[in-house]
Amino acid sequence: MSLDSKIPQGPLADKWTKHKSSINLVSPANKRLIDVIVVGTGLAGASASATLAELGYNVKTFCFQDSPRRAHSIAAQGGINAAKNYQGDGDSTYRLFYDTIKGGDYRSREANVHRLAEVSTNIIDQCVAQGVPFARDYGGLLDNRSFGGVLVSRTFYAKGQTGQQLLLGAYSAMNRQIGRGKIKMYNRHEMMELVVVDGKARGIIARNLVSGKLERHSAHAVVIASGGYGNVFFLSTNAMGSNVSAAWKIHKKGAHFANPCFTQIHPTCIPVSGDHQSKLTLMSESLRNDGRIWVPKKIEDVKAIREGKLKPTDLSEEDRDYYLERRYPAFGNLVPRDVASRAAKERCDEGFGVNKTGEAVYLDFAAAIERYGKEQAHVKGLDEGNAALVKKLGQEVIRAKYGNLFQMYEKIVDQNPYETPMMIYPAVHYTMGGVWVDYNLMTSIPGCYAIGEANFSDHGANRLGASALMQGLADGYFVLPYTVGDYLANDIRTGTIDTDLPEFEKAEASVKAQMEAFVSNNGTHTVDYYHRKLGKIMWDKCGMSRNSKGLKQAISEIKTLREDFYENVKVPGTTSEFNPELAKAARVADFLELGELFAKDALERNESCGGHFREESQTPEGEAMRDDKNFTFVSAWEYQGEPSKAKLHKEQLDYEEIEVKTRSYK
Amino acid sequence: MDLTLKIWRQANADAKGKIETYQMSEVSPDMSFLEMMDVLNEELIEKGIDPVAFDHDCREGICGMCSMFINGEAHGPDRLVTTCQLHMRKFADGDTITIEPFRAQAFPVIKDLTVDRSSFDRIQQAGGFVSVNTSGNTQDANAIPIEKHDADKAFDAAACIGCGACVATCKNASAMLFVSAKVSQYALLPQGKVEATDRVLNMVNQMDEEGFGNCTNTGACEVECPKGISLENIARMNREYLYASLKG
Repeated sequence: MSLDSKIPQGPLADKWTKHKSSINLVSPANKRLIDVIVVGTGLAGASASATLAELGYNVKTFCFQDSPRRAHSIAAQGGINAAKNYQGDGDSTYRLFYDTIKGGDYRSREANVHRLAEVSTNIIDQCVAQGVPFARDYGGLLDNRSFGGVLVSRTFYAKGQTGQQLLLGAYSAMNRQIGRGKIKMYNRHEMMELVVVDGKARGIIARNLVSGKLERHSAHAVVIASGGYGNVFFLSTNAMGSNVSAAWKIHKKGAHFANPCFTQIHPTCIPVSGDHQSKLTLMSESLRNDGRIWVPKKIEDVKAIREGKLKPTDLSEEDRDYYLERRYPAFGNLVPRDVASRAAKERCDEGFGVNKTGEAVYLDFAAAIERYGKEQAHVKGLDEGNAALVKKLGQEVIRAKYGNLFQMYEKIVDQNPYETPMMIYPAVHYTMGGVWVDYNLMTSIPGCYAIGEANFSDHGANRLGASALMQGLADGYFVLPYTVGDYLANDIRTGTIDTDLPEFEKAEASVKAQMEAFVSNNGTHTVDYYHRKLGKIMWDKCGMSRNSKGLKQAISEIKTLREDFYENVKVPGTTSEFNPELAKAARVADFLELGELFAKDALERNESCGGHFREESQTPEGEAMRDDKNFTFVSAWEYQGEPSKAKLHKEQLDYEEIEVKTRSYK
Repeated sequence: MDLTLKIWRQANADAKGKIETYQMSEVSPDMSFLEMMDVLNEELIEKGIDPVAFDHDCREGICGMCSMFINGEAHGPDRLVTTCQLHMRKFADGDTITIEPFRAQAFPVIKDLTVDRSSFDRIQQAGGFVSVNTSGNTQDANAIPIEKHDADKAFDAAACIGCGACVATCKNASAMLFVSAKVSQYALLPQGKVEATDRVLNMVNQMDEEGFGNCTNTGACEVECPKGISLENIARMNREYLYASLKG
């Protein structure tokens, strides 16, 4: 099967408008005859469900949580980008497009990214109309902040809870349609298999997680909006239930999986505290607007800090190494995430990590507190020389901006970040890779779509901050609901798809067999035992830096672990009850396959780009070195029976509007 | 730390439940409460005992899925946190900890500590939205300036995570704090005002139909709310409701 990205002809800036005007439409009367399944209710899934239902399609939406409002988009903190240029600082659609392509290290598709930048402004208008309470200034207008990798302030936010407010907006739009009967919502249901009839996606097998019952659901199109696969690392900032299963199931049924090795390791997360750790907590990138990152300059100070003999606040300015400001003076603490993460790792690998495990750096707000405090004292006509007063005033400003993040940090670490610098370390956060889709967001299976983090399309090898929310809502509100019509226009006479077809029967039987095999396995180790082992292999060998030897080891170790899992995993209970361990076993089984493809992809891509750093491909100063001559393509893997046999298809990336350059933030 | 856990076990919605006692040793004070439960469950599975079912997902205090009633308090003894953000350092070595599900007629138990809170979804479906379609040509986001004070208040109300701690805490199992938070968010914003009358009547009606109790102003919900949702919202909803009733 060859790859056709179906990018429309014509000048870049006109492609989307022209495409929208020329694709097939389904009439309102015929939309009533068409069913669409949406899997997942994060920003992409919820916004797509609501919009498809508003248009008139019959939508069935599935989420594994107890309510669609719980999807992990809810946890996004910092903000959402849009090229509104409300700050008048020179922002434009082109600049957002350019920053996103550059930030993605020239490994994303130009036409998709331009479309994303175009619809970004509509998202903000739509959300405000829904009653999303974005932050405002005293004039009553929307406020903005700045994020890493850009030189303008285009990020809209709602304190540190932007994802929550946007998701609740999309959830409210869904609720309106659920109330009207246009969306049938299936909470606590998990998609277990895709049903393909005559080469087209025609339904899914879902498992009711409360009763354990398998259900057949048919539709004329299936939309996968199930998020990313960061939990393949066991420890990540993803929710406990976040999984690759829906995406992996369609991959095994014929959807190509693109760039699986492109993972974002976020620089500002709370460091690991012990073996019991179940997940990692992100501290929003917005903190880098005001926090300065440093480690001590002298190794003896590091030792004293680790032993508790010295406090970070005791160190004078000249004894501190603000390594991002030192290495990247133009962008300083606001370099993109991949650059900031590697720089932290570099310092910690050299022995400068500031906690007991040696894997932490400081994020310090003292300078910002002083700066804001002086500003406030000046505005209020108070004594700018009074250090205690300035500190108090400055802390109030910081509290207003980041209060909930500081509280969260204090609850977890038991230290007061207003008084002492935070400790942070990189953690797996987002996956740029995902299901391969064409310009219409259709996968290589006709009628099967992938949106949001589940697809690969817009972020290349590295995603910029505040762009995930933008992409999820762009796909769900403004792209998929229109492009899906082009395909469904041929289905207006099809009628309801029969769930008694042999394809449904076969798919259900295979799921049933897998579930039964798990509970009757009678093994010795828990599901988490295997998940943890997989995570360790991934972090050690497919983490922030990768090399050929380690990747080859990872491939064979994951294969062995997978065999051990099927032989020795112990899953309690039965298939016909509420059994969270069984649900987890099925998810980990898929991670154990994806992990191998991930390593295979990382091995194949012998260049450093974005979040993918190959030790073999670096400059003498240790900066990432891209190989445009050999790797300006999307790796799209076709399943052939097992991960090791996956066949590579290359989608060449052509840049018409942008000159491909070495990414520099110095 | 060594702990004694007394946990509500109930096989399914129809089964009779009871408290079971489990011993835990070597619990680290840096663990979150749910990580402590993970360790317990691993031990139970290894012993061939059915692990304790409990809801959880994001583990960073925002999804609202975790829902335990710990030592008589929703989300346990700490303030302004969900159970996933409660850490074992809040307990002492040798403590006995009682863990029950959120209890309310409108939150039936599914299994052990897991309850069904879909009644909250149905209240939102009755009117917790602004009726605006996705079009791409709504008016510009800055067309209507909103006074910062109102915008901030709307945000504070919108911070509700829908966990149900207010209901579990209230002696009447009232959902007034939850419903009033959503009503307030929209009542404070110009975009929400158009439908304010129908919204408050429909949401309150659905709340009553779901079997939540009445509010008797004890204020316990506000104390236990992990997001600090204020009682002011209930007062605002009462005003909105009265006005809507008179108008209707």
